[in-house]
Amino acid sequence: MYDVAIIGAGITGCSLAYELGKYNVKAIVIEKENDVAVGTTKANSAIVHGGYDPETGTDMAKYNVKGNERIKELCGKLDVAYKQIGALVCAFSDEEVKHVEELKARGEANGVQGLEIWDQAKVREEEPNISDEVVAALYSPTTGIVSPWELAIALAETAALNGVEFKFNAPCTNITKDGDVYTVETPAGNVEAKYICNAAGVYADVVNEYVCKKSFTILPNKGEYYLLDKSQGTLVNHVIFQCPNEKGKGVLVSPTVHGNLIVGPDSQPSAADDVSTTSDGLNFVRTTALKSVPSINYRESIRNFAGVRARTAVHDFFIFEDKENKGFFNISGMASPGLTSAPAIAVDLVKMMGESGLELTEKENIVDTRKVNRFKHMSHEERAAIIKENPLYGKIICRCETVTEGEIVDALHRPIVPTSIDAIKRRCNAGMGRCQGGFCGPRVQEIIARELNIPLADVYQDRVGTRIITGETKEGGAK
Amino acid sequence: MLYDVIVVGGGPAGLAAALEAKKNGAESILVIERDAELGGILNQCIHNGFGLHTFKEELTGPEYADRYIKMLEGTGIEVMLNTMVLDITEDKTVYAMNKEQGYMNIAGKSIILGMGCRERTRGAIAVPGDRPAGVFSAGAAQRYVNIEGYMVGKKVLILGSGDIGLIMARRMSLEGAEVVACVELCPYSNGLNRNIVQCLNDYNIPLYLSHTITNIKGKERVEEVTIMKVNDDTKQPIPGTEIKFDVDTVLLSVGLIPENELSRGVGLEMDPRTSGPVVYENMETSIEGIFASGNVLHVHDLVDFVSAESAKAGKSAAEYVKNGAADATGTISVKAGTGANAIVPQKIRPANVDKLVEVFFRPVNVYGTSAIKVMAGDKVLSTFKREHMVPAEMEKIVIPKKFLEQVEGNEITISIEA
Repeated sequence: MYDVAIIGAGITGCSLAYELGKYNVKAIVIEKENDVAVGTTKANSAIVHGGYDPETGTDMAKYNVKGNERIKELCGKLDVAYKQIGALVCAFSDEEVKHVEELKARGEANGVQGLEIWDQAKVREEEPNISDEVVAALYSPTTGIVSPWELAIALAETAALNGVEFKFNAPCTNITKDGDVYTVETPAGNVEAKYICNAAGVYADVVNEYVCKKSFTILPNKGEYYLLDKSQGTLVNHVIFQCPNEKGKGVLVSPTVHGNLIVGPDSQPSAADDVSTTSDGLNFVRTTALKSVPSINYRESIRNFAGVRARTAVHDFFIFEDKENKGFFNISGMASPGLTSAPAIAVDLVKMMGESGLELTEKENIVDTRKVNRFKHMSHEERAAIIKENPLYGKIICRCETVTEGEIVDALHRPIVPTSIDAIKRRCNAGMGRCQGGFCGPRVQEIIARELNIPLADVYQDRVGTRIITGETKEGGAK
Repeated sequence: MLYDVIVVGGGPAGLAAALEAKKNGAESILVIERDAELGGILNQCIHNGFGLHTFKEELTGPEYADRYIKMLEGTGIEVMLNTMVLDITEDKTVYAMNKEQGYMNIAGKSIILGMGCRERTRGAIAVPGDRPAGVFSAGAAQRYVNIEGYMVGKKVLILGSGDIGLIMARRMSLEGAEVVACVELCPYSNGLNRNIVQCLNDYNIPLYLSHTITNIKGKERVEEVTIMKVNDDTKQPIPGTEIKFDVDTVLLSVGLIPENELSRGVGLEMDPRTSGPVVYENMETSIEGIFASGNVLHVHDLVDFVSAESAKAGKSAAEYVKNGAADATGTISVKAGTGANAIVPQKIRPANVDKLVEVFFRPVNVYGTSAIKVMAGDKVLSTFKREHMVPAEMEKIVIPKKFLEQVEGNEITISIEA
C-alpha cells in the first residue's frame, strides 16, 4: 500500500514525485511507457515562459510566474541545461503594437518583472536577423529555454534517490475505490494507494473519469516543429514570438539549450497519440517562421517532430481534489505554460494533499543536488583528468555531439534506468546531432545490451516494440 | 615530438595522403583514426567495383583498403587507432584522445584533413509522417548487414537513388529481403549508371523517378509508405498520384555531407556549395599548412578519385614542410557559371602550378552534347566538348599553366553551354 500514486511520468508527475520525495511518504509514479518524459514533455517548444500571456487571475498566470523562478533554481541544483535568454514578442503592425502593449500591462498585473517595449531600432540592434517588418516588440527578460526532458529526468532521478518508486510499461486501465483506498489497475500489476494524483497529460480526462464525474475534456492539439543544425543556432539571441492569437502563442523561432534552432509549432486538433508530421503542417511552420526571421536556412534541418498538448476548452489548468472522491487529485489541462508551471504546481499540490490529511513529515537526509558529467563542456585539463580516472571517457561514441562511452555508461547506472537508444539520447545527447544517430545508434545499442545484459535485438529505438533489428543475415556477423 | 604531417582520418583519403607525403620526403607522419581499424567506410563496402582507375582491376572495398594498408608497412608512418580528434588549432596542434593514452595534444608542422562525409538524414529532407523504427540511412543499414551481421528489415523501400542506396537494394535482396521500390525525387538517377543496371534492373526493382515519399505510417515499426509523383519544376507532389506500399523498412540514400566540425572549429574558410573547405590548387585550405582531401572536401563518386586527390594533398603537405608557404602572387578565384556547381579547387595560385591544374565540378542538370567553357572575363580560355553529362558524375577538366598566365584580373568562370 502506497500513500500516493502518481499517474504519468511527464514533467508534471516527475515534479510532484520530486516534491513528495522530501517527505516520509511512500509514493510511486505509474507510467504507461518505458521511460519518463516521453509524451508531451519531450515534444514541445522547450520554453520557460515569462508569464505575460495568461489571463490575470488564472492558475496559469500564477504558476507561470512562480514556475519561471522555480525552474531556474531547480536547473541550477540538479544540473539541467537552462538559459535565461529573454523573449521578444514581435509586432508587425500598429494594431499588433497595441497588442504587445496590452501583453506588457497584463504581464505586469501577473507580476512579471522587467517587461519593456522595444522600438524597431532597438529590436534590430539586438536581433540583426529579425525581419525589417517588425515595428516593435515586447521584451520579456525572464523568459528562458530549458531541456524539458532532462529536467523531468533530473527530478525523477532525485525523487528515486529519495525513495519514490517508478513503475514503467504500466498503462493505467482502470482505477477502483474501496473506502479510502484506490486501486490503480495496470497490465503490469495493480497498485493500491490512499492518494492519487492524475498527471496523465493528454489522457487525463480518461483517467479522471475512471473514478470521478466528468469535469473537463482534454482536446488534444498537435504542434509540428523543425529542429535545425547548430549552424542556425545563433541566428537569433532571444525566443522570437509573433503576436499570440486564438490558436496559441504562434510560431516561434528560438535557440535551444543544446545550441540548435527550434522553429514551430502550428496548431491542429488531433488524436492524443498522433505525433505524426504532415507536409501541410511543416509548410505552415516553415513559411510562418520566415515572417519573423527571413534568413532561416531549412537545408540545415536535422529533424522534424510533433507533440500533442493537453488543451481544454478553458484557458486554465485543472488543479483540484475531487469533491466526491477525497484523495483524488488532478493536475490536468497542462497546456502551455504547463512545462513552466509544473514545478511550482507540485509544491502547492503537496500542501493540498497535506490539507486533505496526508501526513507530511520531512525526511532527515534527502538528496537535493545532482551532477552529470558532460565531456563536451569540459576544459582540456578536466578531460585529461577524467579519462585517467575512467578510460571509458576516452572513447567518443557520438561524434556529432562529442558524447563519450563514460557518459552513456553513467546514465545506464543512474536510478531511472534508460533502456532504449532514445532514452540515452535524452540523457546524454548522443544521437541528437546532425547525423541523427546514424553513426552512434548501433554503438549505443551495443553498450545498452552489454550494461543491462540483454540481447542486442531487444534494445529498442524508443518505445517498447520499436525494434531495430529484424534478424540475422544468412552468414551471421563477426559475433 | 613534432610531426611533419598529421593526417586526421585513416580512410582512403588519409591513407593515400600519408603515403604520398612519405614518398615526397616528409619524415614523421602520424595517421589518427577513430575506428578500430584503418580503411574507413571501405570496410563495410563489401561489393566490388573499386580500384578500376587506381589498380586497373576490380576490387571490393576491404580489398582496396587492404592494398593501401599493406603499402604502409615498412614506411615508418605511425598509426593511432580508436583515437578521436576533438580539436585542431591554427598553430597545428591536434587535440586527440583514446582510452589508453588519454587526452593528448599532438603538434604538427602540417595537417591533412581526411574525415570523410556522413549521410543526410530524414530530418534533412523533412519526410512527413510518423517516426517509427525502421527508417535507416543506407550506410547505417549497410553497417548492420555487412559488419554486424544483422538484418534491419524484410520489406524495403529505398528513397533516393544515390549509390549506397542502390548497392543496398541489391544487398538486401541477396539477403532475402524484398525491395519493392527505389524512389527518386529528380527526373534522373543520382547514382552511377552501372549501379542502376546491376543493382536495380538485374533484381527487377522498379525505379520511380520524379517521385517522393509523402507519408510514413507506423506505430512501432514502419507499416506503410505513400509515395507521390512530383512536379519537376516545383518538386511539389501532384494530387491523385499516390501509391502505397506495405513495407517495414525505409532506407534513405539522399545525399552525403562532408564532415567538417574540425574544419569549422579551426576557422577554415568554407564553401557552401561543396560543404567543404575552400582549397587552393594543391588542396591547401585557407590556413597555411592545413590541407584537405577526399569526401571531407567534396563528395566523390569513386574512391579511386579520392585516392588521387589525397595523394596530391600528401605531396603538397610534404612540400610545405620542406619549402614553407606557397607563392600566392596573382591568385585566381574559380567561379561557377551557368550549369556548373561545387567547383574544386576554388582558388588557384598560378605560381604554385607545375604544368597544369585539374578542376572538378558537378553539372547542375543532365546535358547532351555540350561544351564546358573556361572564361576569364569575356575571353574564352579553353573549351571542352562533352557528349553526355549528369549531376551524378563529377566532371574533370585540365587547365594548362600557360592559360592561367593569360588571365587578366583575378577570376575565371566555368560554365556549361548546351
